[in-house]
Amino acid sequence: MAKIIVDGIEVDVPPDYTLLQAAEAAGAEVPRFCFHERLSIAGNCRMCLVEVKGGPPKPTASCAMNVRDLRPGPNGEPPVMLTNSPMVKKAREGVMEFLLINHPLDCPICDQGGECDLQDQAMAYGVDKNRFAENKRAVEDKYIGPLVKTVMNRCIHCTRCVRFTTEVAGISELGLIGRGEDAEITTYLEKALSSELQGNVIDLCPVGALTSKPFAFTARPWELNKTESIDVMDAVGSNIRVDVRGREVMRVLPRLNEAVNEEWISDKTRFIWDGLRTQRLDRPYLRVDGRLKAVSWGEAFAAIAAKVSSTSGSKIGAIAGDLAAVEEMYALKALIGALGSANLDARQDRAALDPSLGRASYLFNPTIAGIEQADAILIVGANPRKEASVLNARIRKRWRAGGVKIGVIGEAVDLTYPHDYLGAGPETLAEIAAGKGAFGEILANAKRPIVIVGQGALAREDGKAVLATAAAIAAAPGRDEGWNGLAVLHNAASRVGALDIGFVPAAGGLDTAGMIDAAGQGALDVLFLLGADEIDTTRLGSAFVVYIGTHGDAGAHRADVILPAAAYTEKSGTYVNTEGRVQVAHRAGFPPGDAREDWAILRALSDVVGHRLPFDSLGELRKALYATHPHLAAVDTIRPGDIADVAALASAGGQLGKAAFVNPIHDFYLTNPIARASATMAECSALAAGQIAAAAE
Amino acid sequence: MSVRRLASEQPASFAFTPENLTWAEKQVTKFPEGKQASAVISILWRVQEQEGWVSEPSIRWVGEFLDMPYIRVLEVATFYTMFLLAPVGRKAHIQVCGTTPCMIRGAGKLIELCRERIHAEPLHPSADGMLSWEEVECLGACVNAPMAQIVPDTYEDLTVETLGKLIDDLEAGRPIKPGPQIDRHHSAPVGGFRALTTPELYDGSMVGQGAGLQAAREAIAARAAAAEEAARAAAGESNQAKQAAPAADAAKKE
Repeated sequence: MAKIIVDGIEVDVPPDYTLLQAAEAAGAEVPRFCFHERLSIAGNCRMCLVEVKGGPPKPTASCAMNVRDLRPGPNGEPPVMLTNSPMVKKAREGVMEFLLINHPLDCPICDQGGECDLQDQAMAYGVDKNRFAENKRAVEDKYIGPLVKTVMNRCIHCTRCVRFTTEVAGISELGLIGRGEDAEITTYLEKALSSELQGNVIDLCPVGALTSKPFAFTARPWELNKTESIDVMDAVGSNIRVDVRGREVMRVLPRLNEAVNEEWISDKTRFIWDGLRTQRLDRPYLRVDGRLKAVSWGEAFAAIAAKVSSTSGSKIGAIAGDLAAVEEMYALKALIGALGSANLDARQDRAALDPSLGRASYLFNPTIAGIEQADAILIVGANPRKEASVLNARIRKRWRAGGVKIGVIGEAVDLTYPHDYLGAGPETLAEIAAGKGAFGEILANAKRPIVIVGQGALAREDGKAVLATAAAIAAAPGRDEGWNGLAVLHNAASRVGALDIGFVPAAGGLDTAGMIDAAGQGALDVLFLLGADEIDTTRLGSAFVVYIGTHGDAGAHRADVILPAAAYTEKSGTYVNTEGRVQVAHRAGFPPGDAREDWAILRALSDVVGHRLPFDSLGELRKALYATHPHLAAVDTIRPGDIADVAALASAGGQLGKAAFVNPIHDFYLTNPIARASATMAECSALAAGQIAAAAE
Repeated sequence: MSVRRLASEQPASFAFTPENLTWAEKQVTKFPEGKQASAVISILWRVQEQEGWVSEPSIRWVGEFLDMPYIRVLEVATFYTMFLLAPVGRKAHIQVCGTTPCMIRGAGKLIELCRERIHAEPLHPSADGMLSWEEVECLGACVNAPMAQIVPDTYEDLTVETLGKLIDDLEAGRPIKPGPQIDRHHSAPVGGFRALTTPELYDGSMVGQGAGLQAAREAIAARAAAAEEAARAAAGESNQAKQAAPAADAAKKE
C-alpha cells in the first residue's frame, strides 16, 4: 500500500492505483472524458489534470499516472496531489476551452442534452466567451449501422467507442483515422458494426456524437420516468433501467451489477422497446367459426370454463413460454394441478433438464462473475455470443486477462476470442471427457474448469447423456475445493425459475413433446400456452388452445381463446437467471387496453372454472410462493447447487448419440415474440443475414 | 494538413510483385509471433514504392497479409502523411519543403514555380500525368535550404532556375543529380572549405614531430606574418603611386 495526500486528506491505496482512483478513494471528484474503468487507459482528453508534488512540475493526467510513480517529499512525507488548486482549475479550463473550440453549440437539438458529460463539465470548467474566431471544423456523419446514430461534429476524440468495440465487444471495426484536428471516428468504409453489444457505445460516448438511432428526437431524459428492472431477452438477467413516458417504453438502459452484466447490455435488450408497442394483444379474443373475434373478459372466461368443465384433468396441459415470470408460472401450475392434470412443462425446446436431479444440474454453477476465476473453459453446443452476449463479453474478459484455454464442441462460430475448435458432436465430448487430446489434458489438469453446456447439446435425444458427460468432466477429481464447474447456459429468462418451482410434468404427466403429440392425436383437449410461441403450433390438432400472452405471434395465431397479458416491463415479476440469481423486475408502465397481469388473469380464470386459487393479491401469491420455495425470497442472491448433485449426475451415464450439436439460436435478433414484433430488430436481423451472406461469398 | 480520405477511384485489386512479396514475408519474421502487425508501416511503404500510392485494395491486402483488421491499417495509412492516398505523378512527385528555414530561403518561389509548371493544386498530377507536387513539413535538410524531395532522394540548395531545370530534365527523361544543386559538397560551406584548410594538417609534415600543434601554429603564424608583410609592401607601393598622381595632374595644368 502507498500513502498519498489528496487535497489534504491522507489515503492509503494500492501502489498500482492511478491518481484518479486515489482521488476517488479520498472522495475527490476528478472530471474525465476518455477514462473509463472497464477500458484501457488512453489519456488523451486531458480533462483529469491534477497538480502533484513529488512528480513532474506540471499538470498531470491523473488517469495515466500511478501512485507509485510519485516520489515522497524531502523528509519522507507522502506525495501530495491537489485536485482543486488554482493551477488545476486553470489547466482544466484550458482543456475545456480547446474541447469547445470545435464542439458545436447544438445542445438544444442534441439527444445527449441533459445527460451529457461535456455539458455537465462545461458548467464547472467552461468559460463564457469563445476566443476562437476561426472556422470550426466540420466532419461528415458516418454510417455505422441501424442502431447507432452519429453526429461527428460533436466528437471529442476520447476513443472510448474504439476501445470498447476492440476490447470488450471483440470486434475491431471502429477506428480513429487521420490525425490531429482531422481525426475522425469511423468504421472501415462505413460498414455497419457487427457486434451484439454495439449499443453500449451510446452510453460510453461522453458527448452526443454517438446516440441511439431508434430513440432519436423522441424524448428528453428529464421527462422520462425511470424504473429499475430486469431484462428477459436472454437468461443472463441483465439489470436494466426502463425509461417510460406515459405508458410507452421510450428506451432501455443498463444498470450496474458487477455480478451479472457489469454495465453492458446486449442490443436486443436495449433496442427491443419498439416491439412492446406493435402486435400487442390488447383485448381478449375468442375463435368463433374459425375466426378470432374480440370479446369481453367474461365471454372469454366462460368459453374456457365451458370447455374445461367438460374435459377430464388428464386431457388438459400447460406450456410456459420463455418470458414468463415465476409468479404466473406458479399460479398456472397451481391451476393445472387443481384441474387434476399432471401435464405441464416450461422446456419448450425439450431440453433434458430435470429439477429432481438437484439445482446444480441445471444452473450455471460457477456463476457469471466466477468465469473470471476459470482456468479452462469448454463450450459444448452453444454460441454464447448469440445466446448470452453479455456473458460472452465476460468470457472474453477472462481470455484477455490471459492464462485460460477455451475449447468449443459444436458449431464452429466466431466467439470474438480465439479458441480451440475441438469437434462437432458427442464423440468429441466423450474423447475430451476421457482426457484424450491436448484439450482433454488441459481440462483434466485444470483446477477451476468451466464446462458450458448449451441448450443445443441438451435439447436432443441424448441430452441426458451429454449433461452427464459434461458433469463428469466438471466433477473430475483434482478440482479446487468448492469449485462447481458445470455451467448450463439457458436461453430463456423463465427457464431456471420454472425448474425451481417444478414447472415440469408431475408423475405420469406429459412433457412438451408428449403434449404436442397428444394434442395432434386428439388425446389432449385443452392446452394452456403461457406466452409459449417457440413450439410447433401447427401440430396441435384440434385441441382447444388458450393463449395467455402479449403479442400476436405463433401461439396467438393458433389460439382458440386469447387472454391479453402484460409484458415484462408492465408487471412485477420474479426471474431467476441462468446462474440461479433471483431478481425482481418492476412495473414501468401499464399494459395496453384490456390486458392484465398474468397472475391476475389466472387468478380470475381459476374462479370461473371453479378452482379458486388461494391468493387475491401479488403479495399473497408471493407469500405462498416463498413458503414453498424460500430461496426465491432472497432477491439478488444465489442459492448454490449442491456439488454432490453434479457427481451423482456424472455417474448417470447414458448413451451418447452421433449427430453434431446444433446451436439453438442462429438469428440473435428474433428470438422471442417481442423481438419479432420489433422493426428495429427486423432491420438488424436482415442486416446481419446480409453480412453473413457477404462473408460467405 | 487536411482531411485525408481514400481516393474516389480505386483499382480493382492489389498484389505485390514476387520480389516484394518475398521481402514482405521476411519483414514479418523480424517481429515476435503474434506481433506481425508491427510490420505494417514498412509494408505499406513498400506498397507505395511499388504502386506510387496506397490504394484501398492494397490496404485490405496488407490487413489480410498481417492478419489485422482493415480499420487498423486504414488508421496507419491515414495517420502518416507520407502515405499518398491518391495517385501522383508517374515520373516524380516533388515534395517541396515549406517550413521556416526553407521558407526564409525562398521556398515560396519554388512552390509558385510548381504551381505554374505542374498543377495549380498540390497532389494533383500534371496534365500529362507525369509530375505532381506538394508542400511538406521539414525534411531535415535545413542547411541546404530550400530543398525538395523526390523519393528517395533530396534535391537541395534550389533556386527557381535549378528547380525549373530539374523539372525540365524530369520531363525530358534526362538523369537528375541528387543532393545540392550548386557547387557544394553535401552540407559543406558554399564556395569550399573555410576552416581547417592548412595544408600542413593534411600533408603529413607535422606527423612525428611531437609538438605538432605548436609547430602548426608557428607555421600558420609565420605564413600570416609573411602575408601581412606582403600586404604592407603592396600598400606602400600604392601610396607612392597616389602621391605621384597629383603631381602629374599639377604638371598637366601647368
